[in-house]
Amino acid sequence: MNYWPLLGVGAVVLGFVLRLNPALVVVISAFVTGFAARMSPLEVLDVIGEAFTEKRYLLVFLLTLPVIGLLERHGLKEHAQAWVTRLRGATMGRLLIAYLAMRQLAAALGLTGLGGHPQTVRPLLAPMAEGAAEAAAEQQGTTLDDDQRQRIRAMAAGTDNVGLFFGEDIFIAFGAVLLMQGFYAEHGLDLEPLQIALWGLPTAVCAFAIHAARVLRFERRLARGLASKPSR
Amino acid sequence: MITLTWVYWLLGAYFAAIAWRGWRDTGNPRRHTTALFWALLALLLFAAERMPPRGVGAIVVVLALLAGFGCLRMGRYDESSASEKRDEARRLGNRLFGPAVLIPAVTLALAVKLFGFSLSEVGIGDLRLLDSRQTTVIALAIACVVALVAACRLTRQTPWSAVEQSRRLVDAIGWAALLPLLLATLGSVFEAGGVGQSVAGVVRAVIPVDNAFVVVVAYAVGMAVFTIIMGNAFAAFPVMTAGIALPLLVQVHGADPASLAAIGMLSGYCGTLMTPMAANFNLVPAALLELKDPYAVIRAQWATGAVLLLCNVVLMYFIVFR
Repeated sequence: MNYWPLLGVGAVVLGFVLRLNPALVVVISAFVTGFAARMSPLEVLDVIGEAFTEKRYLLVFLLTLPVIGLLERHGLKEHAQAWVTRLRGATMGRLLIAYLAMRQLAAALGLTGLGGHPQTVRPLLAPMAEGAAEAAAEQQGTTLDDDQRQRIRAMAAGTDNVGLFFGEDIFIAFGAVLLMQGFYAEHGLDLEPLQIALWGLPTAVCAFAIHAARVLRFERRLARGLASKPSR
Repeated sequence: MITLTWVYWLLGAYFAAIAWRGWRDTGNPRRHTTALFWALLALLLFAAERMPPRGVGAIVVVLALLAGFGCLRMGRYDESSASEKRDEARRLGNRLFGPAVLIPAVTLALAVKLFGFSLSEVGIGDLRLLDSRQTTVIALAIACVVALVAACRLTRQTPWSAVEQSRRLVDAIGWAALLPLLLATLGSVFEAGGVGQSVAGVVRAVIPVDNAFVVVVAYAVGMAVFTIIMGNAFAAFPVMTAGIALPLLVQVHGADPASLAAIGMLSGYCGTLMTPMAANFNLVPAALLELKDPYAVIRAQWATGAVLLLCNVVLMYFIVFR
C-alpha cells in the first residue's frame, strides 16, 4: 500500500488549520498530491482543468442571486424580520423554537439570507429572547443576572446556526448537494441532486426535535435557577 | 432541446455582466482584479471545453491565487434606503416570498418523475424538452429565469437591475462561490493520485471493516472530526467519502450512495457546531452579541451537534442498507 498520497490530505488539514485561504489550500493540496503520486506539474494542471470543465455546473446555484438581490432591494429581509417581530409576547422557549422552524424552512427553500447573526440574531432574536426571559423572571419576583443573559444570547445564536445548517442541505441548488453529486459523477455514479437532497430530511427533522427539546430544557433550568435565587 | 451548454452560456453571460459592472465600480479598491476574477470565470463557462485542459487548469490556479491574495473586494452598490425597504416590505407583503419559492417549485416540477412521467421528457419524437444529462441542473437554471421574470413583474424592475442588485451578494460571497467547485476538483486530483486507497488502507488497518456498523460509525464520526479540525464540512467530504464511504460502504457493503452522502455531509455539519475553526458561525456571533466567553455559542450548541451525530449514525445504518 502506497501511503504517500496522504500528504495531500495532510496539506488540506494543515492549510485549513493555519487559516490560509481555502481556495489556495485546495490548489496547494492538489499539487502536493500530484507530486506524491509522481505526476508532473503539467499533468496535475491537466487533471484540474478536466475536472473543472466537467464540473462547472456547480456554479449554477449563483443564478438564484439576481432573484434574491431584487427581492432584497424591495424589502424581503425586512418582511422576514417583521415576521420574527410578530412572535413578541411568546415565552423564550416558544420564540426560539418558532424561529428555528422558520429558519429551517426558509433555508430549505434556498432563502439562507433570511436570518443570520448580524441581520436578525443581534438586532431581533437575542433581545427578544432576553426580554421574554426577563418578563418570566419578573413574574417570579426576581431578575436575570448577567451570566444568564449571556447564556440566553448564546442560545439564540446557536439556534440560528442549527436552523441554517440543517435546512440548507435540503435545497437542491445548495453547493453541498451539487458537490456530492459532482463527487459521485467523478467516480462513475450518476445520481440526481434531488435524490441526495431529499435524504437530508430525516436528519433535519431530528435536528429540529433535538434542539427544540434542548431549548425547552434550558428554559426550565433557567426558571429553576431563578426560583432558587432570593427574591428582591 | 435545452442542454447544459445553454445553461453555461447563460451563466457565462451573467458573470461577464458582473465583471463589466465590477470593472466600472470605482467604490471597490480592487475593482480590476475583482473584475478579472469574474471575467476569467465567464471565459471558462463559454470556452473551457474547447481549450486544452492544462490551459483551463492554469486559469483555475490564477483564480485561486486571486482569491488567496485578497484581490476580491466589496464595492459600492445602489441600495434602497432602510425606510424605502420597509415601505416596500409593507406594500408587497408575503408576495415577496413568491418568486423565491418559484425556484425550488419550478425545479421540482421540471425534474421530478411522477408515476413514470416527467415534464423534462415532453417533446416530439426523440427530441426532449430537457437533456437527460444533468436534468436537475438545467431545470434549476430554467427555474431561476422563471423566478426572475416573476420578481421583475412584482417589483417593476428590469432583469438588468436584478443583475446589478445581485452584484452586492456576489461580491459578499466572493471566492467562496468557487469553493464547492474547487473541492470537487480536488476530489478528482485525489482520485488520480490514489488518496482514497491510502485512506482506506489506514482505515482497514485500524477498524474491522467487515462489520458494516463499525464502518458507518467511522464514516459519520470521521466526517465530524475532520470538520472540527478544518472548520469546513465541504473539505472533509471528498477525503472521507473517497477513503471510507465509496471503497468500504458502497463497494464492499452495498450501501445506497445518495442517502449515504447526504447523511455523511450532515454528520460533518454536526462537527461545524462544535468547532472554533468555523469562526463565521461560532466566534463572530459571540463577538456581535458582546459575550464575555468567546466560546459561549459553541457551549450553547455543541450538545445538539453531539446528540444529532448519534442520530445520524443510527439513521445512516438503517437508511443506506434499507
